[in-house]
Amino acid sequence: MPDLLIELFSEEIPARMQSRAAGDLRTRMTDGLVEAGLTYAGAAAFSTPRRLTLTVQGLLAASPTTHEERKGPHTDAPEKAIEGFLRGAGVSRDALEVRDEKKGQVYFARITKPGRPADVIVAEVLESVIRNFPWPKSMRWGSGSLRWVRPLHSILCVLTDDAGEASVVAMEVDGIKADNSTEGHRFMAPGAFKVTSFDQYQSALRAHHVILDADERAEAIWQDATNQAFAAGLEVVEDRGLLAEVAGLVEWPVALMGEIGAEFLDLPPEVLQTSMKEHQKFFSVKNPKTGRIERFITVANRETADNGATILGGNQKVLSARLADAKFFWQNDLRVAETGGQPWLDALDNVTFHNKLGSQAERIDRIAALAREVAPAVGADPDLAEQAARWAKADLSSEMVNEFPELQGLMGRYYAEAAGMPAEVAAAAQGHYSPLGPSDDVPAAPVSVAVALADKLDILTGFWVIDEKPTGSKDPFALRRAALGIIRLVVENGVTLPISTPITISMLLSMKACVDLLEKKKIEDTFQEAGSAALSNDGLLSALNILKSAKLGDVPLRTEADFVAIMPTANRGAEIVKARNDDLLSFFHDRLKVYLRDQGIRHDVIDACIAMPGNDDLALLVKRATALSDFLKTDDGENLLQGFKRANNILTQAEEKDGVEYSYGADIKFAETDEERALFAALDAQTPIITAALTSEDFASAMSAMATLRAPIDAFFEAVQVNTDSSIVRRNRLNLLSRIRRICLEVADLTRVEG
Amino acid sequence: MAENGNNPRSFQEIILRLQAYWAEQGCAMLQPYDMEVGAGTFHPATTLRSLGSRPWAAAYVQPSRRPTDGRYGDSPNRWQHYYQYQVIIKPSPPDLQALYLGSLSAIGIDMDLHDIRFVEDDWESPTLGAWGLGWEVWCDGMEVSQFTYFQQVGGHDCAPVSGELTYGLERLAMYVLGYDDGNELPFNDPDAPIPLTYGDVFREAEAQYARWNFDVADTDMLLQHFIDAEAECARILEVPDIDPKTGRRIVMALPAYDQCIKASHVFNLLDARGVISVTERQAYIGRVRALAKKCADAFVMTLAGGWAA
Repeated sequence: MPDLLIELFSEEIPARMQSRAAGDLRTRMTDGLVEAGLTYAGAAAFSTPRRLTLTVQGLLAASPTTHEERKGPHTDAPEKAIEGFLRGAGVSRDALEVRDEKKGQVYFARITKPGRPADVIVAEVLESVIRNFPWPKSMRWGSGSLRWVRPLHSILCVLTDDAGEASVVAMEVDGIKADNSTEGHRFMAPGAFKVTSFDQYQSALRAHHVILDADERAEAIWQDATNQAFAAGLEVVEDRGLLAEVAGLVEWPVALMGEIGAEFLDLPPEVLQTSMKEHQKFFSVKNPKTGRIERFITVANRETADNGATILGGNQKVLSARLADAKFFWQNDLRVAETGGQPWLDALDNVTFHNKLGSQAERIDRIAALAREVAPAVGADPDLAEQAARWAKADLSSEMVNEFPELQGLMGRYYAEAAGMPAEVAAAAQGHYSPLGPSDDVPAAPVSVAVALADKLDILTGFWVIDEKPTGSKDPFALRRAALGIIRLVVENGVTLPISTPITISMLLSMKACVDLLEKKKIEDTFQEAGSAALSNDGLLSALNILKSAKLGDVPLRTEADFVAIMPTANRGAEIVKARNDDLLSFFHDRLKVYLRDQGIRHDVIDACIAMPGNDDLALLVKRATALSDFLKTDDGENLLQGFKRANNILTQAEEKDGVEYSYGADIKFAETDEERALFAALDAQTPIITAALTSEDFASAMSAMATLRAPIDAFFEAVQVNTDSSIVRRNRLNLLSRIRRICLEVADLTRVEG
Repeated sequence: MAENGNNPRSFQEIILRLQAYWAEQGCAMLQPYDMEVGAGTFHPATTLRSLGSRPWAAAYVQPSRRPTDGRYGDSPNRWQHYYQYQVIIKPSPPDLQALYLGSLSAIGIDMDLHDIRFVEDDWESPTLGAWGLGWEVWCDGMEVSQFTYFQQVGGHDCAPVSGELTYGLERLAMYVLGYDDGNELPFNDPDAPIPLTYGDVFREAEAQYARWNFDVADTDMLLQHFIDAEAECARILEVPDIDPKTGRRIVMALPAYDQCIKASHVFNLLDARGVISVTERQAYIGRVRALAKKCADAFVMTLAGGWAA
């Protein structure tokens, strides 16, 4: 069976697209071959900056001939119908077969599709793959209409049979004719060479200074780099992403280690690393003893007669120029920081956060107010929290962050330290962006937690106010991440904080920001008042009252049609705050479900807990859900749940039938059996324990007390018939069941738990 | 890297060698456009000639102005006035990469000693409504050129596609001649009777323009210039095609485009004066783009733009 080799040779393919493109070539090509009847034994794809390569082994030499039988019209059908059938089946009338069926004679056609040779199929499939290739961005060139990632120069397409005989697959795309030759390294081995098989191709490439396999190139770079660093008593800072990228920039990698000028070694290591990586794609080499970055590794695409001396010298020169810039930024920034950084904060006045929510400076005011508000709950000093919040975004104005946005936060920390600010403020500058994702560390320092919560709350309520909520897969402002961040900050730090209060405050502040922008003095004053009321002890209620009493509807709103739509009247204003709070809280609950589901807690268990009062205290909610989930996984828990459901069903049916609610008055003196009396005793003993445990939020103890109810409940249902003839006994038993229901529902809304 | 006997000895020799090389490749050697522009791409020989179906090959030096880059002549590698070398060929020839590498050899870059790389860099000009795919070309980690296949200009698809090469001449010269400070580059031959450095020629001018750009330019006047250029551009294009005096069909795409270039440069000056806020910035860029688009629409209605009666 033949092997197939394809190489698509082009001008330089962007590094970030290569590996995906190789994969696409493999799946699209092999899928197409299989669909056309050509199965194969194995396939592998490779990429270099200038080529995508696919090798397919053990391909069928031809697709198998297939037969199909197709039922046609009755023999007495109209001529047109019969002709149509003949056209569709591609057979002539004398080839038709007539068979007797129940309803008369019917034509049958036997269609034979002869197998086709592999080269014909390969040519067809390859052309379609090339024309429909899923490049993230593609282009035209010259006078042609073909699209490829960069100009496609040649197509190598060869079938090699068992005897090792190679033949070119005849095909052509937009004037590029497939053949059996390719080129090696652009500079080290210019010129074309012939290819007969994959093995010969791969070794010929190597002889022409091209390593075909990107993983092999990455491995070679890493080996070469670490060896050189090791020999100098240093180590390379690992960076998988950079390694993959660099492996996509070279066909013949040569690692070269160079020095960083002594005048730059006192720059923060992150600055060195970022500058070298972003601008030059250098690896950082650090001294393991001091942790300082002292050298770099650059990866060239060739060997030279001077062993890379010229290349290294050039790279070093470029690096020095870059680092001179970085040092210039650093020193300028330090000068600003050392005098307190006020110019940075002032500059944020002119930076728009969002055109419906105002400037960064205004946003910082809101974050500072919120940070103060949540500080006590997270154990932070409110003054420090406010100071940290006011500093947290200062570095956005710094020259360094302007150059390297990814250093935001980190530079804020360095500059806070330079300004002699408290350590908590410096830590919060860096920590308040966290957690950025589900696996990112959550800050634990109280001041950092306060600022992080305030920052994320403001983002959420801001976009809720202007109605830019995430929909489907669209979440351009990363609001889901912000909500998850708040959940993790609260839950993983065990913070007791009913989230409704800060949400309301934040929502009012965001609304005020929005209204400010509409430049309506009256509305502004109203929200100002509401905002400060919300921050006072009266909180939400008085803020809502202020909003209600304001006649916002009297003020003609001149712009922002969507905002007009949501704020037609004063009362609606208050309703909107409430509605958006509820909506945002349920968004939190949705995120919480995702978060807890990842921790193995079922959604119905979470629903049962969300249905309980105090569901805006996320830490409490998680504690309750965790305890309930653990409990339901035990034998006692599972059976108690069944007992509850049975009790609840009997009660619900009886209550529907009788039109009354059985909720009170069970009396042990009407108990007739030992099982009834035992259940009374158990409930009498455990109810106060459970209630007390729940009050002190000790859910584990509540659950163990619940567990002891399982046996008496099971025994009761085993021995006792609730619906007896005696109405007194029946009512007493129903009231007893209602005690089970009541105590269970204090734990969670078990009616929502499945099973 | 100034060790090889084949190396050029001055800034102007690099320009002369590029001129000789691209002339040999058959490009028309044009001269700089006689207006202030931010980059060589703005020259109508690139922007407008990349539109339509007629073949085109040109190369030229373009003095370019970026007012915000002014450093009073103190920076070793930033000037508000600098030079670009521009090559534009339509349709892009299949061996454009090789031709380009030949130009590097022509200015003394020894391919056997250096590491030349094509690193992804997609080009987009929001003011021209133009974009293309290509690379920045690295020589030993140093960006020495931009290499772009134009896909769209002024909102029009480019068909055929033009290949555009842009060399930042100061940076390239610093590398080729081995200077860390661009102001010290020999402008003419260092052994000439009167040797001049780049700084001798431009340093004083840099200081004067930086002061004017940043602090002195009359912003009210500039704003008016912007409005005037915008209005004139639109007005020119609204004039009927048939010239009543000659009776000929004359679409005035080029004069209109001059006004577009003017508006673009005035916007850059206003930006340097710090009177354009972040939000306004986008609006101004949008206004210039609208002009560029109109000019492109008009150009494709001219003979040079491929129009046929």
